[in-house]
Amino acid sequence: MRITRRVEFSASHRCAVPGWSEEQNRAAFGADANPYGHGHNYVLEVTLSGDVDPVTGMIVDLKDVKEILHREVVDVMDHRYLNAEVSPFDTVVPTAENIAQDIWRRLLPHFNTPQVRLEQVRLYETENVYVEVDAA
Amino acid sequence: MTRLTLRYAFSASHRLHSSEFSAEENCRVYGKCNNPHGHGHNYFLEVSLTGPVDPVTGLLANRGAVDAWVRKEILARVEYRNLNEEMPEFKRLVPTTENVARIFSEALSRSYAAHFGTPSELRFDRVRIHETRNNLFEMEAHEVQQ
Repeated sequence: MRITRRVEFSASHRCAVPGWSEEQNRAAFGADANPYGHGHNYVLEVTLSGDVDPVTGMIVDLKDVKEILHREVVDVMDHRYLNAEVSPFDTVVPTAENIAQDIWRRLLPHFNTPQVRLEQVRLYETENVYVEVDAA
Repeated sequence: MTRLTLRYAFSASHRLHSSEFSAEENCRVYGKCNNPHGHGHNYFLEVSLTGPVDPVTGLLANRGAVDAWVRKEILARVEYRNLNEEMPEFKRLVPTTENVARIFSEALSRSYAAHFGTPSELRFDRVRIHETRNNLFEMEAHEVQQ
C-alpha cells in the first residue's frame, strides 16, 4: 500500500551555468536565467509504501512523516534563496530536476526499512511543471 | 528514474457518437455527450519524458524544445477546434478522451525523433489528459502500437 504526504515551501532560485554567456543560459533555461532570480510556491508530494500494521492500522505515523519532511526539506528550503543559502545549490543548478533529486537523497535514509520505503518524490515547481524521482 | 512533466491547457469541442449504433443506442451509451450539437471542455494535457539529468545544466530536457514539439504536434491542431470535424483521425473514430489520449500518444511517439534528433537516453514516457477536473486519462508510451 502507498500513502502520500504533501507539503509546500516557497523559495527563490536562478538557473544558470557559471561561465556560460547570457545567450547560452537563456537558450537552456529561458526566463529561469533572469539575473536577479525569482520564486516559486513548490509543492512536494512524498509517497511511501509498506504493509499496514495490524494493530495500529497504519503504515507509518504521519506525524513522524510530517516532522521529517519539515526538518529535512521545509525548514531547509522555505523562504530561502536556494543558490546562496541551500547546499548543494551553491555549485549545482537548482532546476526542478536537481531539487527533486536532492530531496530524494535527503529523505531516503529516513524511509529505507522493511516496514517503510520511499516510493516516489514528486515536486511541482508550478502547476504546469513537475518532476518525479523514484528508485527505478 | 527521473521523470519531467509539462502541462498544457487547450479548449476543444466534441460529440460522442458512433455510426455503429442507432440513435437510441448512442443516447444510451454516451448520454449527454451525444448531444447533436456537441459540447466542449477545458482540457489539460500532461506530457512526460524520462531520462538522465544533464550534469552541467541540471535539466532532463530543454523546456522550450518540449513546448515547441507539443505545440506543433498537438496544440496547434486541437486548440479551439471541433475534434470530430477538424481532426481527420476522428472522422471514423469516436473522440472519447480514451481515443484522444491514444491519438496524442501516437502523434508524440511518431514525431519524437524528428524533434529531438540524435539518439539519446531521453524518452517520451506518458500522456495524461484531464477532460474535466474529475476525469483523468493516461497512456504510457510503451502502450503505443508501433
